[in-house]
Amino acid sequence: MSARTLLVRGMLVGVAAGLLAYLFATAFGESPVNSAIAFEAAHTPPGDHDPELVSRTVQSTLGLAAAVVVYGAALGGIVALVFAVVYGRLGRLAARPTALLVAAAGFVAVELVPFLIYPANPPAVGSSETIGRRTALYFTMIGITVAAGIGATLLGRNLTARLGTWNAALIAAATFVAVVAAGAALLPAVDEVPADFPATVLWRFRLASVGTQLVLWTTIGLLFGALTERGERRRTGALRSAPPG
Amino acid sequence: MADAALSTPTATPTPAPIPLRHLLPWAVFGLLLAALAIYFVGAEQGATSLIGGHWVHEFTHDGRHLLGFPCH
Repeated sequence: MSARTLLVRGMLVGVAAGLLAYLFATAFGESPVNSAIAFEAAHTPPGDHDPELVSRTVQSTLGLAAAVVVYGAALGGIVALVFAVVYGRLGRLAARPTALLVAAAGFVAVELVPFLIYPANPPAVGSSETIGRRTALYFTMIGITVAAGIGATLLGRNLTARLGTWNAALIAAATFVAVVAAGAALLPAVDEVPADFPATVLWRFRLASVGTQLVLWTTIGLLFGALTERGERRRTGALRSAPPG
Repeated sequence: MADAALSTPTATPTPAPIPLRHLLPWAVFGLLLAALAIYFVGAEQGATSLIGGHWVHEFTHDGRHLLGFPCH
């Protein structure tokens, strides 16, 4: 098993996961996005509309697919690299559970926790003057959760010999929650939802947003693990049946 | 997952880790590629802009919103 094989496999799995996530986003995300755009149009003074460079049809099909697939390939590559570091270094966990564990941890640290602190917003929510600040806060939050996740994993690994896997994992999880909660408490809140924005549209949009990410990460974790375990079995099988020399 | 947990230690030997030395160049390459891809999907022509205009922003518009990146 080489790092190169794993990276290529991860990125291809990410493309497949991106296509599934695109279907999910189309089914559940486009309707709240369109409602939000209608809200935005109704609240913009006439004559104040920006010229459309990319039509809504392209944005909601080709644009959405390209964005989610490219993002999926990037995530797949990252999951594969983290898997390559972690595999064989977390006890005797096999390829499939290791891949699922990496993807689950990635989903929590890179998506879920940052989402809970700075949730995704549909069009019409958020003013363009604060985009720089909001982007900086969002990526800072991701930085905090990823650093806390890596730190907690190393801590848990060091404590396993003394306290056993269960207690070490509990302490690692508690440390992660404490660091992330402290970070979130220190960062300023973002409050830019227009007072009359429909709450149901916001809720449906945010649900579709986490759902799209969940489809992406779950598919990457399961598919990458299955393919890697199959590859490993073939390799060891080939080694046994044909002795080197 | 269940069969991996239940099978005997002899059936699942501890997997051999990939030496970090072999991993490093691929990790650097892969992470750079991923960072570039995520930047263009998530932030170009939003908070910062390398290429001028709004085309990338508008093309990735729906994906950017639904993937949770701050947009607009």
